[in-house]
Order: sequence, then structure tokens, then C-alpha cells
Amino acid sequence: MPSDHSETGLELRTVSIRLDRQELLAVDLVITPGEIVTLMGPSGSGKSSLLGHICGTLPAQFDVSGQVVLNGRCLDGCPPQDRHVGILFQDDLLFPHLSVGGNLAFALPASVKGKAKRRMMVENALKNADMDGFADRDPATLSGGQRARVALLRVLLSEPCALLLDEPFSKLDSELRGQFRSFVFEQCRKSSLPTLMVTHDPEDGSAAGGRVINLA
Amino acid sequence: MLRFVPIITIAFMIGPVSAGLIGTLLPAFGILPALGGTEPGLDPWAALFAQPGIWQSVRLSLVNGLIASFVSVAIVMLFCAAWQGTRIFRAMQRILSPILAVPHATAAFGLAFLIAPSGWIARLIAQFAGWDRPPDIAIIHDPLGIAMIAGLVAKEIPFLFLMTLAALPQADTDRTAQITATLGYGRIAGWFKATLPRIYPQIRLPVLAVLAYSTSVVDVAIILGPTTPAPLAVRILGWLSDPDLALRFMASSAAILQLLVVVVAIGIWVAAERFIALAGRQIAANGQRFRHDGGVRAGSAVLAGLSAGALILGLVVLLIWSIAGFWGFPDILPRSFSLRLWQREYDAIGSSLVTTLLIAVPTVVIAIVLVLGCLEHETRSRHKPGRGAIWLIYLPLIVPQISFMFGLQVFFTLIGLERTLISVVLSHLVFVLPYVFLSLSDPFRALDPRYGQTALCLGASPMRVFWHVRLPLLTRAVLTAMAVGLAVTVGQYLPTLLIGAGRFATVTTEAVALASGGDRRMIGIYGLLQMVLPFAGFACALLIPAILFRHRRGMNAQNRG
Amino acid sequence: MRSRMRAFVSALALATGIATASVSLPAYADPAPDVGNWQSVLDQARGQTVYWHAWGGEPRINDYIAWAGDQVFERYGVKVVQVKLTDTADAVTKVLSEKTAGVNDGGAVDMIWINGENFAAMKRNELLFGPWVEETPNFEYVDVEGKPTVVNDFTVPTDGLEAPWGMAQVSFYYDTAKLDSVPKSAQALLEWLAKNPGRFTYPQPPNYMGSTFLKQILTELVQNPKVLQQPADEVDAKAVLEPLWGYLEDLQPLLWRNGQAYPQNGAAMRTLLGDNEIDIAFSFSSGEVSSAIEAFELPDTVRSYVFDNGTLGNTNFVAIPYNASAKAGAVVLADFLMSPEAQLRKQDPQYWGADTVLAMNKLPADMQEAFANLDLGIASLAPAERGTVLPEPHPSWMELVETEWQKHYGVVQ
Repeated sequence: MPSDHSETGLELRTVSIRLDRQELLAVDLVITPGEIVTLMGPSGSGKSSLLGHICGTLPAQFDVSGQVVLNGRCLDGCPPQDRHVGILFQDDLLFPHLSVGGNLAFALPASVKGKAKRRMMVENALKNADMDGFADRDPATLSGGQRARVALLRVLLSEPCALLLDEPFSKLDSELRGQFRSFVFEQCRKSSLPTLMVTHDPEDGSAAGGRVINLA
Repeated sequence: MLRFVPIITIAFMIGPVSAGLIGTLLPAFGILPALGGTEPGLDPWAALFAQPGIWQSVRLSLVNGLIASFVSVAIVMLFCAAWQGTRIFRAMQRILSPILAVPHATAAFGLAFLIAPSGWIARLIAQFAGWDRPPDIAIIHDPLGIAMIAGLVAKEIPFLFLMTLAALPQADTDRTAQITATLGYGRIAGWFKATLPRIYPQIRLPVLAVLAYSTSVVDVAIILGPTTPAPLAVRILGWLSDPDLALRFMASSAAILQLLVVVVAIGIWVAAERFIALAGRQIAANGQRFRHDGGVRAGSAVLAGLSAGALILGLVVLLIWSIAGFWGFPDILPRSFSLRLWQREYDAIGSSLVTTLLIAVPTVVIAIVLVLGCLEHETRSRHKPGRGAIWLIYLPLIVPQISFMFGLQVFFTLIGLERTLISVVLSHLVFVLPYVFLSLSDPFRALDPRYGQTALCLGASPMRVFWHVRLPLLTRAVLTAMAVGLAVTVGQYLPTLLIGAGRFATVTTEAVALASGGDRRMIGIYGLLQMVLPFAGFACALLIPAILFRHRRGMNAQNRG
Repeated sequence: MRSRMRAFVSALALATGIATASVSLPAYADPAPDVGNWQSVLDQARGQTVYWHAWGGEPRINDYIAWAGDQVFERYGVKVVQVKLTDTADAVTKVLSEKTAGVNDGGAVDMIWINGENFAAMKRNELLFGPWVEETPNFEYVDVEGKPTVVNDFTVPTDGLEAPWGMAQVSFYYDTAKLDSVPKSAQALLEWLAKNPGRFTYPQPPNYMGSTFLKQILTELVQNPKVLQQPADEVDAKAVLEPLWGYLEDLQPLLWRNGQAYPQNGAAMRTLLGDNEIDIAFSFSSGEVSSAIEAFELPDTVRSYVFDNGTLGNTNFVAIPYNASAKAGAVVLADFLMSPEAQLRKQDPQYWGADTVLAMNKLPADMQEAFANLDLGIASLAPAERGTVLPEPHPSWMELVETEWQKHYGVVQ
């Protein structure tokens, strides 16, 4: 975890997103480390755009005002790769051309040097997630639940300072969903990550146990 | 630095075309100092319109170009509507892709031999009808130009089919087909009413490029088209080659006229598009189901199969010609075979292949680097490109080659780059860049942007994202685009001959020079040789990703796309 | 939108900038060789590479040219590269565009295989180097007296600007297995065609073979053949041409495809004969017909013949553009091409089968014997069988005939 100035969490200071001069959403909130805030609203209300703005990948046609501050550092103008903001989508988006271990190693910061050390970190992460020995597997051979777990491991290995979840559970069937959901929240709290989750399923919000903001 | 790539790419494409057009425009109005033309005037135009049958030539080019394009588009659309998602569709896909590598002239020669009155089909009939002489009917070189249209259609269908294939995944066609079927529509009607309007905008520019080509084609017109009078582009080539140098002025004004013909053809087509769109909306709302379309379905398969089959059969026949002894009418097969010609050409083949590669490799490499640069820049700046950009890319494909070749020749001579490899590569780039761009842009843009976003958010620099995420995912698309570029550069004739001033004897320049001798054996040999390199390119595009990613099943989805 | 405009404008500026910056690389300056001093020519030529632009449609000819190149390299150190053309006019265009661009030295074309209209055009526009031909050593063997066309190309004096290379004479050919007798005059042809409609055609003018056919008919039908040796604008051209149009009026409806389509060149016409679409064809060289038989294009029962009152004959040449990069090398090559050894091999149908420009009586005895012993090929005409050689008309007649033909018969609808 990069030691930052202060662990103040993720602050969205009067962030407003507009498209074609129509305001999609406006939000002003502070997420403390380890807190999971749920954002709920119908599709098209700009939730994913907000996440895109926070991690720095929002297309240019949107108009944004306000400030995003992470641990005291203003993220505006900062390129996505320097923001240390992780994101999980509803699709696992594991890189199909890399093995499971390759996907995880991709996320390891460059500061972790040496093939052996990197390999060890990858295998430890897998072991802790009950997927020992999966490092050389082809991602396409894993089950949906396993892939989702690897996706989360990947994000965590990149040592983010905040985590964004874009409806990450909606593609999983109900049995897996509950399991995976708990797993994710557990990791968030363990790593003290300020987490912003966007969903249209109220169950997710109640399971998270944090603030629920309705955008409707 | 990536910022400059789009500008450089555009310069490479538009620069030579502009320079060439200026070099043709000036003589069209009487200005060509080497021939004593220093005063601007309209004399060349007067001479042009005084040529016998000039308006017939114009009409021939315009009408036949429009018909050929329309028929090609219609057959492709019907076939996709009728058979999408079935085994027949996939089979046709596999047959049509390699046909792209066949040069237009080779395909036209094969077809010519098939359908000529002394050709193979006639010989089959002669066996039963007992002819000992071919019938004296004009099938090839018929005054209406139907044989020429057939030759054009046979080669345009594969191209349009592959462009349509690229557009289909983005239109969610499977689910749409499900919905229209459950609503009671016949397969074809459902496709035409629901899917066609969505994909047509994607394939519009390829269709226009096909239209421009059909209205200004030279080699196919020479082999199959009418001769009294010939289409405009053929006559222009004749005037440019005439020993009477004073005709160059008129040839230049004719080249500008040819450009206008292309513009008018495009105008007519676009107007027709709007009309069909209007009519289509009404038809879509009228609820007609056309449930019983079995006949049309079968018909579309027959038509598509016929065009592919005729072309392939033509190639087989050319192969037989290349090893044939004397083969007179009405023999179905040659009386004797001989490898003598292959043996005689063996040495020349090696050196011409090397020269072809000498030009092709730099051209393709530069093209793919520039195109990847443009597309990557577009992704990083997160700006969607405007419609104007895509027209710029298509410009070299729409301006007829013959309209700017003379001017381009003069331009390169002026800057002292004539006869160098650089100038030949630059002149090839003009035509290769658009095709490589077209081939790669859809797969590139269709790549799920969230892969890139995820990678960035994981802390990877944009360079790393490009080299380690985007590029591997696009392996097959990049290799295919390179194969397309290779096919285009291998098939170039006028640029290599004129700009290279004969220093570069490629397979195609040799082929055309020998084809002028009329011997079908040489045409067969060199036609087949012309296909070797592009075929190798497409084979690599198929095999390399399959080998590289043999342990990655997830890549199959990427590679199929 | 604005940034895209800017991109386009800068691209255009870039292109224009390059165009206006008349950067010319120092052109390879090739001083004109002093042909009178042959040794100096040889010295200058050694190490040069001659780019010889020649029609490449006939593989046997290409092989011959390759052989000549090897010989010249062995003997004189001159490298020869054949640039295969579909049409001689391509090379003319090349030289012309170089002159337009001001490239007066170091040009791309060192030598062109040329005659007739192409030569007349280049001479008129001052695109040729010379005069140089008459000072070359092997020119002394050329049959200037017996073959006047070696110094008069379609009545245009060569003025030493082009070196004679081969003789051509129109001859007709047919398949003896299919025809017993053949027409041997224009009138006989018309009568024969009336009985066998659709079995004859000629390449579409302005292809030179088609024009040659028209000239052949004209020469036979015209009242006073000498008038054709004068430029067309100096006589009453209309009256002269009338018999030709009268003839064609009868001929055209009887042609192959009713005159609605034509083969585009001599080779296409030869293919038609091979395909049994027509019964009679013609070419400029009976040796070419023998070669075609060897190359499987025609059955081995094909034979050549000439008209009773003679057929047109001309010479073809090689010429050097004014801005060639390897003038000395080209001169050496041209001289070799006129040598008895090269001419002998050229006439041998095993290699080419084209007729020599040399006079037998000027050659040394051993060469005379070699020529006499040559096996000319089954479809070739022996010198005795050639009949009268009629001289070609002035080029202006060809232009006139072509233009008028295209007006009357070039558009059929």
C-alpha cells in the first residue's frame, strides 16, 4: 500500500456530470477507508459515467465539474494509471491471451522486482483464495465464479487506494452471488479500501451494510 | 509524438493524390510545357467531345458500374439475409476469403475462358451438339457489357461479403433474427427490415469504393468489356499510350471526365439510398411478413455459389492452361501436357518474387505501423473521429488511378525521387493505407474498451496497455490487415511501372507484360504466381494466431471476430 | 472539427511544400559518346547499365534479349536490363514526362525498341539522341540498298537517330487442316468471306496491326500507290481513300461478330485462330507463327502465305532518348544487335525467327553460309516465298485512316 499523506479516503466534492448540457447526476460525498457506499439508480442515470470519471477513463463528450480527491491528493488531470483506483466490472475481463498467473502478474506493480518474487506473490494470492495451483491455467477453462474471484485478486494485487465496483455481481447466479459478494466486501474491509459500488439490486446495498444513496 | 501519426498518414494518402490530380488537371486545360502547351484553353475538351462515341463510353462506364455494384450488393445482402448463422454461411465465408487474393485480371481471364463461345462451357455443349466450330455470338466483348458486369460482380461479391461480415457482429444480428422470427417474419424479410438498416451505414463506404472501381476499371474492361466503343477508362489508357503525343492533353481532360463520372455515379447511388430508405420505412411498417421465402433463399445460395464457383472454375481452367500443350476447340482437355513453360520461367519467377517482396514488405510494415498509430491515438484521446476523416481515407480508393498517375509520375520526377524504392513504396502506400485501415479499424474499435480501462486502472502505462493487452488481443486482425495490404501491393501495376520506371520487375508487371501477348498459358502461370504471396499472407493470418494461442481458448472468440 | 481542418491543411501544405521545393538530386550526367572514335565509346560504355525498354509480350523475344545482354556483358562489360512493356508508347510517355519535369540528363530510359508512329512522334518532339547510327562499325553490313526502309521509317528519314534491328513483312496464315485454298488479294478475300461469313477479322484500330491491314487493302486498291508516299495533307486525301471505304462497306458486315467486337492486338487474333473462331489471320513475321506453333498456341498444320501483288514491309529499330543515362552502353548494344552473329541467331526460329536487316552480299563468306543453312521453321516463309515487299505509306495516312475508321466503325450502336 503506497503510504500517502493521509488516509482520508475518497472524496467527491460536488462532482456533477453533464451530457449535452443535461445534468446526469450530481454527487457530494466522502467515503472513508474500509467503508462501502452503494449508489443506486436506474440505467442511464450516469452511474457508470461517474465511476469512469473517478478512474479517469471517461470519454471526452461528457462535461464534468467538481473535484475528486483521494487520500488528500486531487485526481483531476491525473492519468488513470497513476490514480491507484481499481475497478471491477460485471464481466471479469480477464485477458484471454494470458494465463491466470499472467493476469495477476500484470497487475503487480513494477516495484516488485524479480521473477521469483512476483511468482510467489501471485501464488500466495491464489492460495488465499482457495485456488492453489491455478497459476498456469487458461482463464477460459475456469468457472464463472472462479473467474470473478481472479478478477478481484487482480485488482487487489495492483495495490489500489480505492475500489470501484460496477455492478460486479449481476452476471453471477444467486448462489454464487452471495458467496462472492461477501468475499469482495471482506477484502475491502481487510485492505481498508474506500469502496464505491454501483448497482440496481437493492440486496447488494443491504449486504454491503454501508450508506445507500439513491439517484432516482 | 503519437499526435502526429494521423497527420502523417493523411499526408501519405492525400498528398500524392492531390499532386497527381494537379498534374492531370493542368494538361486537361492545355498546360504541358514539354509539349509546347503554355496557354490555358478548352481545346482538349473540345477534342474530347468530338471523339466518336464518347458519350456512349461515358454511359457504358456509368451504367455498367452502377449495375455491377447494385447486383453485387443485392446478392451479398440476400445471401446474408437468407443464410446468416447457418453452416452454408460459414462454408461460404471460408470459400470467399481466399478469393480476395485473386487479382482482378486473373479472375477476369479465367471467367473469359469459361464463358467464351470457344470456351470451356461451349466445348461441353459442343460435345453434345456436335459443333466443330464455335458459334459466332458475342458473349465476351458484348456491346451491352454484360460479360464485364459478370466479371466485376464475381470479384466484388467476396469483398463486400467480408465487409458485411465485419459489420454484422456489431448489430446484434442473432437476437434480432430471433425477435423478427418470433414476430412472424420470414427470415429474409426480417433481416432486410431490421438488420440491414443497422449494418448498411457500416458498409456504405466499401460499397462506394466498389462503385468507384466498377465505373473506372481498366483491366477487367479490356478483357471482358465492349470494344465498340470501349468504356471510358479503357479509351483513356489508349490515348495515353498513343504515339501521337498531342493526344496527351485530351487524355488528361478525359481523365478528369472519368473522375466526374465517378462523382456522378456516387451521387446517383446516394440519392437512391435515400429513396430506398424512405420507401423502406414505409414497407417496414406495413406488416408484410413474406413468410414463404424458401425459393428466394435457395436462389440467393445459388447465385452466391455460382459467382464463387465460376471464379474458382476459371482459376482451375487457368491452371490447366499453364501446363497445356495445344488445346483447340472443342477439346475439353488439352491433347498433351507440358511443363516446359514453367521450367522456362523458373529463373525469372525467383527474381520477380524477390522484387515484389522488396516493395511489399516496407509498404505493409509502414502501413500497419501508421494505422495502428492512428487507431491507438484515437483510443487514447478518447475522441470519436468525425465522418470527414473516413472520407479522407477512402479518397484514394474513389479517385480513379488513371486520373492521377501521369501527374504523380511528373511529381516524383520533379522532386528527384523517381526510380527509387522510396518513391515506389510511397506510391503503393497511397492504395495500401486505405485498405489496411478499413481492414483493421472495425476490429480495433470493436475491442471491448473495458480491457484497456481495466489495464490502465491496474497501473499499466498506455504503452504497456497497447503492447501487452490491445495488440495481443488483435493479433489475428492485425495479421489479416497485413495480408490485405500485401494483396493490394502485390497487385499494383501502374504505380510500379510508371513510378519505378521499369527498375522494379514485380510479378504483376511481368504478368501484365506477358498477358499482352495473349497466350493463355503465360496468363495461367503468372496469374497463379500473383496469388502465391497474398495466399501465403492470409495463411499466416490464420495459422499464426492459432499456433500462438493454442492454449488459450478465450482467444478463439477474439480471433473469429 | 477545427483540429481536423488544421490537420488537413497542414497535410496539404506539406505536400505542396515538397512539390514546390524543386529539389533535384544531382542527375547522373552522361556525356554524349563520340561515335566516330569507337574505342572511346567502348571505354565509356564499360560498367554502364542499359535499361532497354522493349515489348515484353513474347517470351522468346525476351529470351533473345537476355542472350544479347549476356553477350554484351561478356564482351564489353555493359549490363543490359530489359524493361518489359505492354506498349512502346509507355516508354515514350516516360521520356516525355521527364522532359516535362526538366530532367534533361540521367533519364530512366536508355534504349527503346521502336518504329513508325512512335519514332515519328519522338523525332518531331526532339526526344532522341543522335545522329549516331551510321558511324557504328556494324552498320556497314546493313542492306541500305536492297531494304530502303532501314533508313526510312514509314517514309520518315531516320537521320541516323535509330539503328535498324529487324525486318517485318505482313504475311497471312491459316490452318491447312481446315482450309484447302486461301484468298491472295483484297478482292479475293472479300469473295471468300462472302462464302464464309464471320471467319475473319482484324485487330481494332488504332492498334497498329489493324491499321496495317487497312493500309494493305488501301495500297492494293488505290489507283496510284506512289501518292501514299507523300504526306496526306499534300494531296486530295478524301479521293484517295474512297476505294477503301467502299471496300469496307462490303467487308464489315461479313466480319467476325458482325464487326461488333474486335480482337485488340495481333496476339489476340492469333488466339482466335487457335480457338477455331476464325480461319485466316496475319502477322508481321512468319517466323513468329513458327514460334507460336512451338509454344503450343497453334496446331502444327498452320502455314503462312503472302498476297500475289505483295504485302507491306517495314523495319523496326532501336533508338536512344536524348536524356539517357547510358548512351555509350546503348550505342554498343545497338551495334551488337546489328552484328551478323546477333542477326543470325535472331533469324533462327529456334530463338526468334525474325528477318535480318543485313545484306548477304556484304557479309564474310562463313556468315553467308550460316545464313543460307538456317532452318527457318515449318510455318516460316523462305526468302524466295516472300513475294514483293510493298513500302509503308507516310505516317500521316495511318493517322487519317485510323481517325476515319473510328468514326465510321468504332462505334456500333
